[in-house]
Amino acid sequence: MTAVWVSADQERCISGGRCMAATSEVFDQDEEGLVVVLTPQVAPELEDRVRKAAYLCPSRAIRIGDGPTQG
Amino acid sequence: MTEAPPYPQKRTCPYEPPAGYREIAERGPVLKVTLFDGREAWMVTGYRESREILTHPNLSSQRTHPGFPIVAPRFRSQIARTLALIAMDPPVHDVYRRYLNPHFSLKSVRRMRPEVERIVAGFVDRIVEHGPPADLVPLLAVPLPSLVICRHLGVPYEDHDFFQDASGKVMLGTEEESATAAQDLFDYIDRLVAEQIKDPSDGLLGTLVRERVVTGDIGHDELVSIALVLLIAAHETTSSSLALGVITLLEHPEQLALLREDPERLPGAVEELLRYIATTDLVATRVAKGDIEIAGHLIREGEGVLVSGTLANRDAAVHERADELDVLREDSHHLTFGFGIHQCLGQNLARMELEVAFQELFTRIPGIRLAAPVPELPILGAGTVQRVLRLPVAW
Repeated sequence: MTAVWVSADQERCISGGRCMAATSEVFDQDEEGLVVVLTPQVAPELEDRVRKAAYLCPSRAIRIGDGPTQG
Repeated sequence: MTEAPPYPQKRTCPYEPPAGYREIAERGPVLKVTLFDGREAWMVTGYRESREILTHPNLSSQRTHPGFPIVAPRFRSQIARTLALIAMDPPVHDVYRRYLNPHFSLKSVRRMRPEVERIVAGFVDRIVEHGPPADLVPLLAVPLPSLVICRHLGVPYEDHDFFQDASGKVMLGTEEESATAAQDLFDYIDRLVAEQIKDPSDGLLGTLVRERVVTGDIGHDELVSIALVLLIAAHETTSSSLALGVITLLEHPEQLALLREDPERLPGAVEELLRYIATTDLVATRVAKGDIEIAGHLIREGEGVLVSGTLANRDAAVHERADELDVLREDSHHLTFGFGIHQCLGQNLARMELEVAFQELFTRIPGIRLAAPVPELPILGAGTVQRVLRLPVAW
């Protein structure tokens, strides 16, 4: 089974907090209210909720891939 | 070519789409509608298509654009056309949004919860003291968002009464009363901002003075414009969602029972109510600043674009049993707060106010019921915010 990785772009983030509401194990907000990924490699049992978080993100700041994102 | 159907249309039930929207939905997901002034605009009714267009780079919020669609007479005014954030495009929009994001993030809203719980408990105390029948519009739905935003902005305590009274008149008064009250509020904000610039307090306005005015990022006028938009956006929408939410739950007793069984269901229920009621019938009014291709249609530069929350939230292509209220549903995602970079700044505050209010109301007054049949409740608003002017309950 391939591991799923998640990354988030603070430049795109509008602080809606839908990701954190859906999956607080993976997403947090910093002092500016911007998205922070706590665990880029997603535990299999959280994958569905991380996909939901990405779907709900209004500014499409969350990317899901099959490897870690550089930078 | 069939004629473009009229939009908006008035609801007859406060939480159900008007009968005429069925035809609009059938002709969707993208069609042309006719506005009150006889002009036509594109309307998007599909959920997927709404998400797509609301993230399209050629969609603009510039309300001063000659092609910008006007959906009701009150949106003709200069104030409505120059609102901070709402009527702005990037890059200015994004700069303003970043000033405010830290103060409306999910985390900062969660810190406000204990205070909102105290405020709600106080209002419900007064409802219980008042005794049945009690009208929840003036006793809870109007003053709650007013007091919460008042505290958040840092409006001095002694001005709370003026503030709530004026915001009540803006929403519930006659056209003349409403216009006068809006002007009073504007003058008040103007003075308040001047005072805060001289002597900033702990609230959001004082914080913005310290973070943005002192630094030279914005001046007095910009701060007034920001405060005004926070007030307008915080009030009517939350107030109406609260009143319509209570009506909807009381009209669906089996759903309310599910909620009472397990308070953990409350956040999901609020989400479903937001979807089902679609208080903001129209979730976006935009103009194309370049051509947009969507669902086989070509929207040309300069044409108006509308997104119907009422219809997108009940899109059968996306939601199972779309017309059914189900507080336990998993697919309760909706466009009530919009989508894209303009998605509601105060969405988490609104959710929290609704959660706390429903929790307190239905726990403290277990026998609560409507004291008037739904068809007798006076409804206001078409194409904008759906509201009831009275909500009498008994117990």
